[in-house]
Amino acid sequence: MSALDAIRARLLWQAGSLAVVAAVATAALLGASHATQADIEAAAARDLAESLAQVLPTGFANNDLLKDVVTVPGADGKPLTVWRARKDGKIVGVIYRVSGTGYAGAIRLVMAVDPDGRVLGVRVVEHHETPGLGDKIERSRTDWIEGFNGHSLGDPGVDRWAVKKDGGIYDQFTGATITPRGVVKAVRSGLELFAHERGHLISDEG
Amino acid sequence: MDRARCANLVRDGLWDKNVVFSQLLAMCPTLAVTTSATNGLGMGLSTTAVLVLSNVLVSMIRKLVSPEVRIPIYVVLIATLVTLVDLSLNAWLHELYKVLGLFIALIVVNCAILGRAESFASQNTVAESAIDGLAMGLGFTASLVIIGGVRELVGGGTLFSGAHLLLGEPFRALEMTILPGYRGFLIAILPAGGFLVVGLLLAAKTQWERSRAERAARVDAVTA
Repeated sequence: MSALDAIRARLLWQAGSLAVVAAVATAALLGASHATQADIEAAAARDLAESLAQVLPTGFANNDLLKDVVTVPGADGKPLTVWRARKDGKIVGVIYRVSGTGYAGAIRLVMAVDPDGRVLGVRVVEHHETPGLGDKIERSRTDWIEGFNGHSLGDPGVDRWAVKKDGGIYDQFTGATITPRGVVKAVRSGLELFAHERGHLISDEG
Repeated sequence: MDRARCANLVRDGLWDKNVVFSQLLAMCPTLAVTTSATNGLGMGLSTTAVLVLSNVLVSMIRKLVSPEVRIPIYVVLIATLVTLVDLSLNAWLHELYKVLGLFIALIVVNCAILGRAESFASQNTVAESAIDGLAMGLGFTASLVIIGGVRELVGGGTLFSGAHLLLGEPFRALEMTILPGYRGFLIAILPAGGFLVVGLLLAAKTQWERSRAERAARVDAVTA
């Protein structure tokens, strides 16, 4: 025991032991990162496919969404990835991400639109709204978000694309108006983007 | 290790030296995630797993580590452990990771883990350290579930909402609406509510222990 005590007091032992621990830790992390990388990427792709499938009615499309991708200039100027859903080779809808501003920062949504510009489905992917008030936009809590299904830029009219308090047709929540207002605005801007890029999005030459 | 020592460790972890309500450690993750009982449970269980592993590792190398460099060595070990758990859950238990992922990154900032490495595992055998890690972790889990439960009940009138996401479909039965139609006292779920609930529970525990000690003292005085 005393021999070990003497060794432990040596500066070289202290620096050396720290270096060995750091080296072992680095090696372990490198190994783990290498061993898990493929599985993590596969899991991320599965998550993406699942989140895309959520906004489409069941059995609506039968292609591999992740493989049918086009890119268009988005609302913020950055390129926007658009996934195209096909049934037997024919484009039946496009899926893309939009984002709006809620009560506490950005609300990220994924939405699907059919070739005629009607909403097929909308889901919230990420938000920071107040728990118990603003989180009613999540599908797991209420079905409010289903209220967009079937709507397009002409139905309801442009000035009715708002929450009821602002003269529109969509319900606001008790104690939270800013959150649904942000979502309605984001979905409307998503439809405007579709109208703008429609020719490019639903043609096969794109 | 005898049975009394083991019982003592468990008692310390669950009550006498409870991470949250006695040591007042790990306040950052405690206040951040306890908006519901389910969240508290998820954070508590992930922390327990890392705590047992880190205690065992630290105890195994305790005779080789110089006191002068022990803190950086423990920090590297714990951070590596958390990252390994994070990577393997993400790759191989992805459904669980989707629920716990948020908590695992937060475990790194849990000073209770470094605290147990420093004050217990570095001075005790591997078996004792494993039991200490388990008991401290379960005590932490119980505290988080209680705080989360109180906040969830006051804030929304429910208990264990979302439990099936964490534990699987069979546990959907745990999800209870205690107060149907209750509009919710929102402050309980907001950050300020975390401080209030922790403070009130801490006061209750202290008061209960004090009155028990006074009663014991009176009994002693009578019998003496």
